[in-house]
Amino acid sequence: MKSKISTWKVVVYLLLVIFALFSILPFYWMITTSFKTPAESITVPPTWIPRTVSLSSYKTVLTKISFPRYMYISFITAILTIAGSLLTALLAAYAFSWIQFKGRDVIFMGFLSLMMVPMPVYIIPLFLVVQRLGWLDTLQVMIVPWTVSIFSIFLLRQNMRTIPKDLYDAAVIDGCSRLRFLFQIIVPLIRPAITTMVIFEFISSWNTFMWPLMVINKDRLRPIQVGLAYFAQGETTNYPALMAASTLAIFPLVILFFIAQRQIIESYARTGLKE
Amino acid sequence: MQSSRREILYGLLFLLPAIVILLVFKVLPILLAFNISFHEWGIAGDKGFVGLQNYKFLLKDRYFWQALWNTVMYTVFSVPLSILIALLLAYLLNQNIKAVGFFRTVYFLPVVTSLVAVSVVWKWLYNPQRGLFNAILSFFHLSPLKWLEEPRGIFEMITGRDLPFFLEGPSLALFALVILSVWKSLGYNIVIFIAGLKNISETYYEAARIDGAGRWQIIKDVMLPLLSPTTFYVLIMTTISSFQVFAPVWMMTGPPTGGPLGKTSVVIYYLYRKGYEEYQVGYGSAIAFVFFVIILIITIYQRKVSEKRVYYEV
Repeated sequence: MKSKISTWKVVVYLLLVIFALFSILPFYWMITTSFKTPAESITVPPTWIPRTVSLSSYKTVLTKISFPRYMYISFITAILTIAGSLLTALLAAYAFSWIQFKGRDVIFMGFLSLMMVPMPVYIIPLFLVVQRLGWLDTLQVMIVPWTVSIFSIFLLRQNMRTIPKDLYDAAVIDGCSRLRFLFQIIVPLIRPAITTMVIFEFISSWNTFMWPLMVINKDRLRPIQVGLAYFAQGETTNYPALMAASTLAIFPLVILFFIAQRQIIESYARTGLKE
Repeated sequence: MQSSRREILYGLLFLLPAIVILLVFKVLPILLAFNISFHEWGIAGDKGFVGLQNYKFLLKDRYFWQALWNTVMYTVFSVPLSILIALLLAYLLNQNIKAVGFFRTVYFLPVVTSLVAVSVVWKWLYNPQRGLFNAILSFFHLSPLKWLEEPRGIFEMITGRDLPFFLEGPSLALFALVILSVWKSLGYNIVIFIAGLKNISETYYEAARIDGAGRWQIIKDVMLPLLSPTTFYVLIMTTISSFQVFAPVWMMTGPPTGGPLGKTSVVIYYLYRKGYEEYQVGYGSAIAFVFFVIILIITIYQRKVSEKRVYYEV
Protein backbone atom coordinates (compact mmCIF):
# COMPACT_ATOMS: atom_id res chain seq x y z
CA MET A 1 0.00 0.00 0.00
CA LYS A 2 2.71 2.43 1.02
CA SER A 3 4.79 1.86 -2.11
CA LYS A 4 1.69 2.18 -4.29
CA ILE A 5 1.05 5.65 -2.93
CA SER A 6 4.60 6.74 -3.60
CA THR A 7 4.47 5.47 -7.18
CA TRP A 8 1.40 7.61 -7.67
CA LYS A 9 3.23 10.60 -6.20
CA VAL A 10 6.18 10.04 -8.53
CA VAL A 11 3.84 10.05 -11.52
CA VAL A 12 2.15 13.22 -10.27
CA TYR A 13 5.41 15.09 -9.81
CA LEU A 14 6.80 13.82 -13.08
CA LEU A 15 3.81 15.14 -15.02
CA LEU A 16 3.90 18.45 -13.17
CA VAL A 17 7.61 18.87 -13.88
CA ILE A 18 7.26 17.98 -17.57
CA PHE A 19 4.60 20.62 -18.11
CA ALA A 20 6.53 23.11 -15.98
CA LEU A 21 9.47 22.62 -18.33
CA PHE A 22 7.13 23.14 -21.28
CA SER A 23 5.98 26.45 -19.75
CA ILE A 24 9.48 27.63 -18.90
CA LEU A 25 11.42 26.48 -21.95
CA PRO A 26 10.47 29.37 -24.30
CA PHE A 27 11.46 31.91 -21.65
CA TYR A 28 14.71 30.12 -20.97
CA TRP A 29 15.49 30.07 -24.66
CA MET A 30 14.54 33.70 -25.07
CA ILE A 31 16.83 34.86 -22.26
CA THR A 32 19.82 32.66 -23.08
CA THR A 33 19.63 33.55 -26.79
CA SER A 34 19.51 37.24 -25.89
CA PHE A 35 22.89 36.92 -24.16
CA LYS A 36 24.57 34.99 -26.97
CA THR A 37 26.57 36.54 -29.77
CA PRO A 38 24.83 36.39 -33.17
CA ALA A 39 27.38 33.78 -34.26
CA GLU A 40 26.76 31.55 -31.26
CA SER A 41 22.99 31.84 -31.57
CA ILE A 42 22.98 29.96 -34.88
CA THR A 43 25.41 27.14 -34.11
CA VAL A 44 24.19 23.62 -34.80
CA PRO A 45 23.59 21.97 -32.37
CA PRO A 46 22.67 25.01 -30.25
CA THR A 47 24.33 25.68 -26.90
CA TRP A 48 22.11 25.33 -23.83
CA ILE A 49 24.30 27.66 -21.79
CA PRO A 50 25.81 30.69 -23.55
CA ARG A 51 29.58 30.28 -23.85
CA THR A 52 30.07 33.99 -23.51
CA VAL A 53 27.60 36.34 -21.91
CA SER A 54 27.27 39.27 -24.24
CA LEU A 55 25.22 42.35 -23.48
CA SER A 56 25.65 43.81 -26.93
CA SER A 57 22.19 42.84 -28.19
CA TYR A 58 20.60 44.76 -25.32
CA LYS A 59 22.83 47.69 -26.20
CA THR A 60 21.68 47.43 -29.82
CA VAL A 61 18.02 47.36 -28.88
CA LEU A 62 18.28 50.18 -26.37
CA THR A 63 20.36 52.53 -28.49
CA LYS A 64 19.95 51.82 -32.19
CA ILE A 65 16.18 51.34 -32.07
CA SER A 66 13.92 53.63 -30.08
CA PHE A 67 12.97 50.94 -27.60
CA PRO A 68 13.11 53.20 -24.52
CA ARG A 69 10.81 55.55 -26.40
CA TYR A 70 8.34 52.71 -27.19
CA MET A 71 8.30 51.69 -23.55
CA TYR A 72 7.74 55.26 -22.47
CA ILE A 73 4.75 55.55 -24.84
CA SER A 74 3.32 52.31 -23.50
CA PHE A 75 3.70 53.48 -19.90
CA ILE A 76 2.06 56.84 -20.55
CA THR A 77 -0.76 55.19 -22.50
CA ALA A 78 -1.33 52.59 -19.80
CA ILE A 79 -1.35 55.11 -16.96
CA LEU A 80 -3.74 57.51 -18.68
CA THR A 81 -6.02 54.68 -19.82
CA ILE A 82 -6.16 53.34 -16.28
CA ALA A 83 -6.84 56.80 -14.83
CA GLY A 84 -9.65 57.41 -17.31
CA SER A 85 -11.31 54.05 -16.98
CA LEU A 86 -11.01 54.12 -13.19
CA LEU A 87 -12.87 57.42 -13.11
CA THR A 88 -15.64 56.36 -15.51
CA ALA A 89 -15.97 52.98 -13.80
CA LEU A 90 -16.19 54.42 -10.27
CA LEU A 91 -18.88 56.90 -11.30
CA ALA A 92 -20.88 54.40 -13.34
CA ALA A 93 -20.60 51.63 -10.77
CA TYR A 94 -21.75 54.06 -8.12
CA ALA A 95 -24.79 55.02 -10.19
CA PHE A 96 -25.62 51.38 -10.86
CA SER A 97 -25.40 50.31 -7.23
CA TRP A 98 -26.22 53.32 -5.05
CA ILE A 99 -28.57 55.59 -6.95
CA GLN A 100 -32.13 54.43 -7.57
CA PHE A 101 -33.66 55.91 -10.68
CA LYS A 102 -36.00 54.99 -13.48
CA GLY A 103 -34.30 53.50 -16.50
CA ARG A 104 -31.25 52.40 -14.57
CA ASP A 105 -31.80 48.72 -15.23
CA VAL A 106 -32.44 49.34 -18.92
CA ILE A 107 -29.13 51.17 -19.21
CA PHE A 108 -27.48 48.38 -17.28
CA MET A 109 -28.84 45.79 -19.70
CA GLY A 110 -27.55 47.92 -22.55
CA PHE A 111 -24.08 47.87 -21.04
CA LEU A 112 -24.33 44.11 -20.57
CA SER A 113 -25.18 43.47 -24.21
CA LEU A 114 -22.47 45.85 -25.41
CA MET A 115 -19.93 43.80 -23.49
CA MET A 116 -20.78 40.82 -25.70
CA VAL A 117 -19.69 42.54 -28.91
CA PRO A 118 -16.05 41.60 -29.58
CA MET A 119 -13.69 44.39 -30.58
CA PRO A 120 -12.90 43.08 -34.11
CA VAL A 121 -16.58 43.53 -35.05
CA TYR A 122 -16.38 47.31 -34.92
CA ILE A 123 -12.66 48.00 -35.24
CA ILE A 124 -12.78 49.15 -38.88
CA PRO A 125 -15.60 51.70 -38.45
CA LEU A 126 -13.88 52.78 -35.22
CA PHE A 127 -10.87 53.48 -37.36
CA LEU A 128 -13.07 55.63 -39.65
CA VAL A 129 -14.42 57.50 -36.61
CA VAL A 130 -11.00 58.42 -35.23
CA GLN A 131 -9.82 59.25 -38.74
CA ARG A 132 -12.72 61.69 -39.07
CA LEU A 133 -11.78 63.19 -35.71
CA GLY A 134 -8.24 63.68 -37.04
CA TRP A 135 -6.84 61.47 -34.30
CA LEU A 136 -4.64 59.17 -36.36
CA ASP A 137 -1.06 59.27 -35.11
CA THR A 138 -1.89 60.91 -31.82
CA LEU A 139 -1.51 59.79 -28.23
CA GLN A 140 -5.21 60.16 -27.39
CA VAL A 141 -6.28 57.71 -30.08
CA MET A 142 -4.70 54.94 -28.02
CA ILE A 143 -6.29 56.18 -24.80
CA VAL A 144 -9.73 57.82 -25.10
CA PRO A 145 -11.64 55.01 -26.91
CA TRP A 146 -10.56 52.61 -24.16
CA THR A 147 -11.36 54.71 -21.12
CA VAL A 148 -14.56 52.78 -20.48
CA SER A 149 -14.25 49.16 -19.49
CA ILE A 150 -17.67 47.62 -18.99
CA PHE A 151 -16.04 44.70 -17.26
CA SER A 152 -14.46 47.07 -14.72
CA ILE A 153 -17.81 48.75 -14.14
CA PHE A 154 -19.32 45.37 -13.29
CA LEU A 155 -16.41 44.42 -11.08
CA LEU A 156 -16.67 47.62 -9.05
CA ARG A 157 -20.46 47.47 -8.96
CA GLN A 158 -20.41 43.95 -7.53
CA ASN A 159 -18.15 45.18 -4.77
CA MET A 160 -20.06 48.39 -4.05
CA ARG A 161 -23.29 46.43 -3.64
CA THR A 162 -21.88 44.61 -0.63
CA ILE A 163 -21.47 47.84 1.34
CA PRO A 164 -24.36 48.36 3.81
CA LYS A 165 -26.80 51.12 2.85
CA ASP A 166 -26.88 52.62 6.35
CA LEU A 167 -23.46 53.99 5.69
CA TYR A 168 -24.84 56.47 3.19
CA ASP A 169 -27.63 57.65 5.47
CA ALA A 170 -25.09 58.27 8.21
CA ALA A 171 -22.85 60.15 5.80
CA VAL A 172 -25.72 62.30 4.52
CA ILE A 173 -26.65 63.28 8.07
CA ASP A 174 -23.07 64.40 8.47
CA GLY A 175 -23.54 66.59 5.39
CA CYS A 176 -21.43 64.53 3.03
CA SER A 177 -21.96 65.07 -0.70
CA ARG A 178 -22.35 62.19 -3.13
CA LEU A 179 -18.97 62.71 -4.70
CA ARG A 180 -17.21 62.97 -1.36
CA PHE A 181 -19.05 59.89 -0.18
CA LEU A 182 -17.88 57.98 -3.24
CA PHE A 183 -14.25 59.00 -3.10
CA GLN A 184 -13.69 59.21 0.66
CA ILE A 185 -15.82 56.35 1.96
CA ILE A 186 -16.55 53.87 -0.84
CA VAL A 187 -13.19 53.91 -2.59
CA PRO A 188 -11.17 52.85 0.48
CA LEU A 189 -13.70 50.09 1.16
CA ILE A 190 -13.38 48.51 -2.28
CA ARG A 191 -9.63 48.94 -2.63
CA PRO A 192 -8.97 45.22 -3.42
CA ALA A 193 -11.38 45.37 -6.37
CA ILE A 194 -9.73 48.56 -7.60
CA THR A 195 -6.32 46.91 -7.39
CA THR A 196 -7.62 43.97 -9.44
CA MET A 197 -9.00 46.35 -12.01
CA VAL A 198 -5.78 48.36 -12.25
CA ILE A 199 -3.74 45.17 -12.71
CA PHE A 200 -6.00 43.90 -15.52
CA GLU A 201 -6.05 47.27 -17.22
CA PHE A 202 -2.29 47.57 -17.06
CA ILE A 203 -1.73 44.11 -18.51
CA SER A 204 -4.21 44.60 -21.32
CA SER A 205 -3.01 48.12 -22.12
CA TRP A 206 0.64 47.09 -22.16
CA ASN A 207 -0.12 44.12 -24.42
CA THR A 208 -2.53 45.81 -26.78
CA PHE A 209 -1.54 45.34 -30.40
CA MET A 210 -4.17 45.36 -33.14
CA TRP A 211 -5.54 48.84 -32.47
CA PRO A 212 -2.22 50.76 -32.27
CA LEU A 213 -1.01 48.77 -35.26
CA MET A 214 -3.86 50.35 -37.23
CA VAL A 215 -3.85 53.90 -35.92
CA ILE A 216 -0.17 54.65 -35.25
CA ASN A 217 2.23 55.13 -38.12
CA LYS A 218 4.87 57.44 -36.71
CA ASP A 219 7.78 55.64 -35.14
CA ARG A 220 7.99 58.07 -32.22
CA LEU A 221 4.41 57.28 -31.15
CA ARG A 222 4.64 53.51 -31.36
CA PRO A 223 3.84 51.59 -28.20
CA ILE A 224 6.12 48.72 -27.27
CA GLN A 225 4.20 45.89 -28.95
CA VAL A 226 3.96 47.68 -32.27
CA GLY A 227 7.58 48.77 -32.06
CA LEU A 228 8.59 45.18 -31.40
CA ALA A 229 6.38 43.91 -34.23
CA TYR A 230 7.96 46.25 -36.79
CA PHE A 231 11.41 45.48 -35.49
CA ALA A 232 10.71 41.74 -35.86
CA GLN A 233 9.41 42.26 -39.40
CA GLY A 234 12.59 44.02 -40.45
CA GLU A 235 15.14 42.07 -38.48
CA THR A 236 15.19 38.43 -39.52
CA THR A 237 18.72 37.27 -38.78
CA ASN A 238 19.96 38.87 -35.57
CA TYR A 239 18.25 36.47 -33.16
CA PRO A 240 19.96 37.71 -29.98
CA ALA A 241 18.68 41.23 -30.69
CA LEU A 242 15.17 39.90 -31.36
CA MET A 243 15.21 37.97 -28.11
CA ALA A 244 16.59 40.95 -26.18
CA ALA A 245 13.76 43.08 -27.60
CA SER A 246 11.16 40.45 -26.62
CA THR A 247 12.65 40.19 -23.15
CA LEU A 248 12.36 43.95 -22.71
CA ALA A 249 8.78 43.93 -24.02
CA ILE A 250 7.62 41.48 -21.36
CA PHE A 251 9.97 42.65 -18.62
CA PRO A 252 7.64 45.14 -16.86
CA LEU A 253 4.84 42.59 -16.78
CA VAL A 254 7.04 39.85 -15.41
CA ILE A 255 8.27 42.20 -12.69
CA LEU A 256 4.69 43.18 -11.91
CA PHE A 257 3.75 39.51 -11.87
CA PHE A 258 6.47 38.59 -9.39
CA ILE A 259 5.63 41.51 -7.11
CA ALA A 260 1.88 40.95 -7.03
CA GLN A 261 1.80 37.30 -8.01
CA ARG A 262 -0.72 36.05 -5.51
CA GLN A 263 -2.99 38.98 -6.10
CA ILE A 264 -2.83 38.61 -9.88
CA ILE A 265 -3.53 34.89 -9.93
CA GLU A 266 -6.35 35.23 -7.42
CA SER A 267 -7.83 38.12 -9.38
CA TYR A 268 -7.97 35.97 -12.47
CA ALA A 269 -9.43 33.05 -10.55
CA ARG A 270 -12.09 35.16 -8.86
CA THR A 271 -13.28 37.17 -11.81
CA GLY A 272 -12.56 34.64 -14.54
CA LEU A 273 -11.47 37.33 -16.92
CA LYS A 274 -9.76 36.57 -20.15
CA GLU A 275 -7.74 39.27 -21.84
CA MET B 1 -37.27 54.01 -2.75
CA GLN B 2 -39.10 56.65 -4.79
CA SER B 3 -37.02 57.82 -7.68
CA SER B 4 -37.09 61.56 -7.34
CA ARG B 5 -36.07 63.94 -10.07
CA ARG B 6 -32.87 64.68 -8.16
CA GLU B 7 -31.96 61.01 -8.13
CA ILE B 8 -32.49 60.68 -11.88
CA LEU B 9 -30.29 63.71 -12.43
CA TYR B 10 -27.53 62.32 -10.25
CA GLY B 11 -27.78 58.89 -11.79
CA LEU B 12 -27.47 60.18 -15.35
CA LEU B 13 -24.74 62.63 -14.37
CA PHE B 14 -22.63 59.82 -12.92
CA LEU B 15 -23.25 57.62 -15.95
CA LEU B 16 -22.64 60.40 -18.44
CA PRO B 17 -18.88 59.96 -19.03
CA ALA B 18 -19.22 56.21 -19.60
CA ILE B 19 -22.28 56.60 -21.84
CA VAL B 20 -20.77 59.33 -24.01
CA ILE B 21 -17.56 57.41 -24.62
CA LEU B 22 -19.41 54.17 -25.31
CA LEU B 23 -21.78 55.91 -27.72
CA VAL B 24 -18.99 57.51 -29.72
CA PHE B 25 -16.42 54.71 -29.66
CA LYS B 26 -18.54 51.57 -29.51
CA VAL B 27 -22.24 52.00 -30.32
CA LEU B 28 -21.64 54.33 -33.25
CA PRO B 29 -18.96 52.07 -34.81
CA ILE B 30 -21.17 49.00 -34.40
CA LEU B 31 -24.06 50.74 -36.16
CA LEU B 32 -21.67 52.06 -38.80
CA ALA B 33 -20.28 48.56 -39.37
CA PHE B 34 -23.78 47.29 -40.03
CA ASN B 35 -24.59 50.16 -42.36
CA ILE B 36 -21.27 50.14 -44.22
CA SER B 37 -21.56 46.41 -44.86
CA PHE B 38 -24.35 47.26 -47.34
CA HIS B 39 -22.23 49.86 -49.11
CA GLU B 40 -19.58 49.64 -51.72
CA TRP B 41 -16.84 51.48 -49.89
CA GLY B 42 -13.24 51.16 -51.00
CA ILE B 43 -10.20 53.33 -51.49
CA ALA B 44 -12.25 55.65 -53.70
CA GLY B 45 -14.65 56.30 -50.82
CA ASP B 46 -18.31 55.52 -50.30
CA LYS B 47 -19.91 54.55 -53.62
CA GLY B 48 -23.31 54.12 -52.07
CA PHE B 49 -25.79 51.44 -51.06
CA VAL B 50 -25.40 48.12 -52.85
CA GLY B 51 -27.72 45.92 -50.84
CA LEU B 52 -26.44 42.44 -50.15
CA GLN B 53 -23.63 42.60 -52.72
CA ASN B 54 -20.81 42.35 -50.14
CA TYR B 55 -22.47 39.37 -48.48
CA LYS B 56 -23.04 37.66 -51.81
CA PHE B 57 -19.43 38.16 -52.70
CA LEU B 58 -18.43 36.78 -49.30
CA LEU B 59 -20.26 33.52 -50.00
CA LYS B 60 -18.17 33.01 -53.14
CA ASP B 61 -14.87 34.25 -51.73
CA ARG B 62 -12.77 31.12 -51.29
CA TYR B 63 -10.16 33.02 -49.24
CA PHE B 64 -12.84 33.88 -46.74
CA TRP B 65 -13.95 30.25 -46.53
CA GLN B 66 -10.37 29.16 -46.14
CA ALA B 67 -9.89 31.65 -43.29
CA LEU B 68 -13.09 30.46 -41.64
CA TRP B 69 -12.10 26.82 -42.01
CA ASN B 70 -8.65 27.57 -40.55
CA THR B 71 -10.25 29.38 -37.62
CA VAL B 72 -12.52 26.42 -36.95
CA MET B 73 -9.59 23.99 -37.15
CA TYR B 74 -7.54 26.20 -34.85
CA THR B 75 -10.37 26.32 -32.32
CA VAL B 76 -11.30 22.66 -32.58
CA PHE B 77 -7.74 21.64 -31.78
CA SER B 78 -6.58 24.29 -29.32
CA VAL B 79 -9.64 24.42 -27.08
CA PRO B 80 -9.94 20.71 -26.14
CA LEU B 81 -6.17 20.34 -25.85
CA SER B 82 -5.90 23.30 -23.53
CA ILE B 83 -8.88 22.20 -21.45
CA LEU B 84 -7.73 18.59 -21.10
CA ILE B 85 -4.18 19.46 -20.09
CA ALA B 86 -5.37 22.21 -17.75
CA LEU B 87 -7.85 19.84 -16.15
CA LEU B 88 -5.17 17.20 -15.65
CA LEU B 89 -2.71 19.65 -14.12
CA ALA B 90 -5.35 21.28 -11.92
CA TYR B 91 -6.33 17.84 -10.67
CA LEU B 92 -2.71 16.95 -9.94
CA LEU B 93 -2.09 20.26 -8.18
CA ASN B 94 -5.11 19.52 -6.00
CA GLN B 95 -3.52 16.30 -4.67
CA ASN B 96 -1.92 17.74 -1.53
CA ILE B 97 1.42 18.08 -3.19
CA LYS B 98 4.32 20.26 -2.14
CA ALA B 99 5.31 23.40 -4.03
CA VAL B 100 1.82 24.03 -5.43
CA GLY B 101 2.56 27.75 -5.47
CA PHE B 102 5.73 27.23 -7.47
CA PHE B 103 4.05 25.14 -10.16
CA ARG B 104 1.08 27.48 -10.34
CA THR B 105 3.40 30.44 -10.86
CA VAL B 106 5.37 28.69 -13.57
CA TYR B 107 2.24 27.63 -15.49
CA PHE B 108 0.77 31.08 -15.14
CA LEU B 109 3.74 33.08 -16.36
CA PRO B 110 2.85 32.83 -20.10
CA VAL B 111 -0.62 34.25 -19.38
CA VAL B 112 0.60 37.72 -18.45
CA THR B 113 3.15 38.02 -21.25
CA SER B 114 2.33 39.73 -24.52
CA LEU B 115 1.30 37.68 -27.53
CA VAL B 116 3.53 39.79 -29.75
CA ALA B 117 6.68 39.07 -27.73
CA VAL B 118 6.01 35.37 -27.30
CA SER B 119 5.23 35.13 -31.01
CA VAL B 120 8.72 36.43 -31.76
CA VAL B 121 10.16 33.86 -29.36
CA TRP B 122 8.13 30.93 -30.72
CA LYS B 123 8.96 31.85 -34.28
CA TRP B 124 12.59 31.49 -33.29
CA LEU B 125 11.90 28.14 -31.60
CA TYR B 126 10.17 26.96 -34.78
CA ASN B 127 12.93 28.17 -37.10
CA PRO B 128 13.50 25.31 -39.58
CA GLN B 129 17.28 25.71 -39.80
CA ARG B 130 18.42 27.02 -36.42
CA GLY B 131 15.41 26.59 -34.15
CA LEU B 132 15.47 24.70 -30.88
CA PHE B 133 12.62 22.35 -31.77
CA ASN B 134 14.36 20.96 -34.82
CA ALA B 135 17.57 20.67 -32.79
CA ILE B 136 15.68 18.55 -30.28
CA LEU B 137 14.17 16.44 -33.09
CA SER B 138 17.58 15.82 -34.62
CA PHE B 139 18.96 14.90 -31.18
CA PHE B 140 16.45 12.04 -31.19
CA HIS B 141 17.41 11.26 -34.80
CA LEU B 142 14.07 12.44 -36.15
CA SER B 143 13.85 14.36 -39.38
CA PRO B 144 13.43 18.13 -39.02
CA LEU B 145 10.08 19.77 -39.72
CA LYS B 146 9.25 22.96 -41.59
CA TRP B 147 6.85 24.01 -38.81
CA LEU B 148 5.41 27.42 -39.72
CA GLU B 149 6.31 26.94 -43.38
CA GLU B 150 4.59 23.56 -43.73
CA PRO B 151 1.26 23.70 -45.59
CA ARG B 152 0.51 19.97 -45.32
CA GLY B 153 -2.15 18.82 -42.87
CA ILE B 154 -0.95 17.00 -39.77
CA PHE B 155 -3.01 13.87 -40.43
CA GLU B 156 -1.72 13.80 -43.98
CA MET B 157 1.84 13.96 -42.64
CA ILE B 158 1.24 11.23 -40.07
CA THR B 159 -0.48 8.81 -42.44
CA GLY B 160 1.65 9.76 -45.45
CA ARG B 161 -1.42 9.66 -47.70
CA ASP B 162 -3.34 12.15 -49.76
CA LEU B 163 -6.48 12.77 -47.74
CA PRO B 164 -9.62 14.73 -48.63
CA PHE B 165 -9.22 18.27 -47.30
CA PHE B 166 -11.61 17.87 -44.35
CA LEU B 167 -9.58 14.92 -43.06
CA GLU B 168 -6.18 16.53 -43.54
CA GLY B 169 -6.45 18.24 -40.21
CA PRO B 170 -4.88 21.63 -39.60
CA SER B 171 -1.70 22.31 -41.52
CA LEU B 172 1.42 21.88 -39.43
CA ALA B 173 1.84 25.66 -39.68
CA LEU B 174 -1.57 26.17 -38.09
CA PHE B 175 -0.94 23.42 -35.57
CA ALA B 176 2.25 25.20 -34.53
CA LEU B 177 0.03 28.16 -33.65
CA VAL B 178 -2.28 25.78 -31.77
CA ILE B 179 0.65 24.66 -29.60
CA LEU B 180 1.52 28.27 -28.86
CA SER B 181 -2.08 28.99 -27.90
CA VAL B 182 -2.23 25.97 -25.57
CA TRP B 183 1.03 27.07 -23.96
CA LYS B 184 -0.28 30.62 -23.51
CA SER B 185 -3.72 29.78 -22.15
CA LEU B 186 -2.83 26.79 -19.99
CA GLY B 187 -2.08 28.71 -16.78
CA TYR B 188 -5.29 30.68 -16.93
CA ASN B 189 -7.40 27.56 -17.40
CA ILE B 190 -5.54 25.75 -14.61
CA VAL B 191 -6.24 28.58 -12.17
CA ILE B 192 -9.94 28.58 -13.06
CA PHE B 193 -10.12 24.78 -12.71
CA ILE B 194 -8.36 24.87 -9.34
CA ALA B 195 -10.90 27.42 -8.14
CA GLY B 196 -13.65 25.10 -9.41
CA LEU B 197 -12.15 22.07 -7.68
CA LYS B 198 -11.82 23.98 -4.41
CA ASN B 199 -15.57 24.62 -4.55
CA ILE B 200 -16.36 20.91 -4.48
CA SER B 201 -16.97 19.85 -0.92
CA GLU B 202 -14.68 17.13 0.43
CA THR B 203 -17.75 15.24 1.70
CA TYR B 204 -18.67 14.11 -1.82
CA TYR B 205 -15.30 12.44 -2.25
CA GLU B 206 -15.49 10.88 1.20
CA ALA B 207 -18.94 9.49 0.52
CA ALA B 208 -17.70 7.97 -2.73
CA ARG B 209 -14.64 6.51 -1.01
CA ILE B 210 -16.77 4.94 1.72
CA ASP B 211 -18.86 3.36 -1.03
CA GLY B 212 -15.65 1.82 -2.31
CA ALA B 213 -15.11 3.92 -5.42
CA GLY B 214 -11.63 3.90 -6.97
CA ARG B 215 -9.66 6.95 -8.04
CA TRP B 216 -10.85 6.86 -11.65
CA GLN B 217 -14.45 6.28 -10.62
CA ILE B 218 -14.34 9.26 -8.28
CA ILE B 219 -12.94 11.44 -11.06
CA LYS B 220 -15.51 10.25 -13.58
CA ASP B 221 -18.64 10.09 -11.47
CA VAL B 222 -18.06 12.68 -8.79
CA MET B 223 -15.45 15.26 -9.74
CA LEU B 224 -16.18 15.82 -13.44
CA PRO B 225 -19.98 16.17 -13.08
CA LEU B 226 -19.56 18.58 -10.17
CA LEU B 227 -16.93 20.51 -12.09
CA SER B 228 -19.00 20.79 -15.26
CA PRO B 229 -20.16 24.41 -14.71
CA THR B 230 -16.50 25.44 -14.54
CA THR B 231 -15.60 23.34 -17.57
CA PHE B 232 -18.46 24.89 -19.48
CA TYR B 233 -17.33 28.38 -18.56
CA VAL B 234 -13.75 27.66 -19.64
CA LEU B 235 -15.06 26.13 -22.87
CA ILE B 236 -17.01 29.26 -23.80
CA MET B 237 -14.23 31.67 -22.92
CA THR B 238 -11.51 29.71 -24.69
CA THR B 239 -13.63 29.17 -27.80
CA ILE B 240 -14.58 32.82 -28.13
CA SER B 241 -11.02 33.99 -27.65
CA SER B 242 -9.73 31.33 -30.07
CA PHE B 243 -12.03 32.69 -32.72
CA GLN B 244 -10.42 36.09 -32.33
CA VAL B 245 -6.81 34.98 -32.79
CA PHE B 246 -4.84 37.63 -34.65
CA ALA B 247 -1.44 38.66 -33.27
CA PRO B 248 0.38 35.30 -33.63
CA VAL B 249 -0.81 34.95 -37.24
CA TRP B 250 0.33 38.45 -38.12
CA MET B 251 3.61 38.04 -36.25
CA MET B 252 4.62 34.51 -37.18
CA THR B 253 3.14 33.66 -40.57
CA GLY B 254 1.88 36.81 -42.23
CA PRO B 255 1.89 39.20 -43.98
CA PRO B 256 0.96 39.05 -46.78
CA THR B 257 -1.14 35.91 -47.20
CA GLY B 258 -1.15 34.35 -43.76
CA GLY B 259 1.09 31.35 -43.80
CA PRO B 260 2.13 28.96 -46.57
CA LEU B 261 -0.66 28.95 -49.19
CA GLY B 262 -2.84 30.92 -46.80
CA LYS B 263 -2.94 27.96 -44.44
CA THR B 264 -2.88 30.08 -41.30
CA SER B 265 -5.11 32.89 -42.51
CA VAL B 266 -7.85 33.25 -39.89
CA VAL B 267 -11.05 35.30 -39.92
CA ILE B 268 -9.77 38.32 -38.00
CA TYR B 269 -6.55 38.31 -39.97
CA TYR B 270 -8.55 38.28 -43.21
CA LEU B 271 -10.78 41.04 -41.87
CA TYR B 272 -7.70 43.12 -41.08
CA ARG B 273 -6.25 42.53 -44.54
CA LYS B 274 -9.43 43.37 -46.44
CA GLY B 275 -10.90 46.09 -44.26
CA TYR B 276 -7.71 47.85 -43.24
CA GLU B 277 -4.75 47.02 -45.45
CA GLU B 278 -6.70 46.91 -48.71
CA TYR B 279 -9.14 49.51 -47.37
CA GLN B 280 -12.22 47.64 -48.61
CA VAL B 281 -14.26 49.04 -45.76
CA GLY B 282 -17.62 47.78 -47.00
CA TYR B 283 -16.42 44.26 -47.57
CA GLY B 284 -14.45 44.24 -44.30
CA SER B 285 -17.59 45.24 -42.41
CA ALA B 286 -19.52 42.39 -44.00
CA ILE B 287 -16.81 40.00 -42.77
CA ALA B 288 -17.06 41.60 -39.33
CA PHE B 289 -20.79 41.00 -39.19
CA VAL B 290 -20.60 37.41 -40.31
CA PHE B 291 -17.96 36.93 -37.62
CA PHE B 292 -20.26 38.50 -35.04
CA VAL B 293 -23.15 36.24 -36.00
CA ILE B 294 -20.88 33.19 -35.65
CA ILE B 295 -19.80 34.28 -32.17
CA LEU B 296 -23.44 34.81 -31.20
CA ILE B 297 -24.44 31.38 -32.50
CA ILE B 298 -21.64 29.71 -30.55
CA THR B 299 -22.68 31.49 -27.38
CA ILE B 300 -26.34 30.60 -27.80
CA TYR B 301 -25.61 27.01 -28.76
CA GLN B 302 -23.27 26.49 -25.84
CA ARG B 303 -25.87 27.98 -23.49
CA LYS B 304 -28.50 25.58 -24.79
CA VAL B 305 -26.25 22.55 -24.44
CA SER B 306 -25.18 23.59 -21.00
CA GLU B 307 -28.74 23.96 -19.77
CA LYS B 308 -29.29 20.32 -20.61
CA ARG B 309 -26.01 18.75 -19.62
CA VAL B 310 -24.30 20.90 -17.04
CA TYR B 311 -24.83 19.75 -13.50
CA TYR B 312 -25.65 22.52 -11.08
CA GLU B 313 -25.03 21.97 -7.43
CA VAL B 314 -28.18 22.41 -5.35
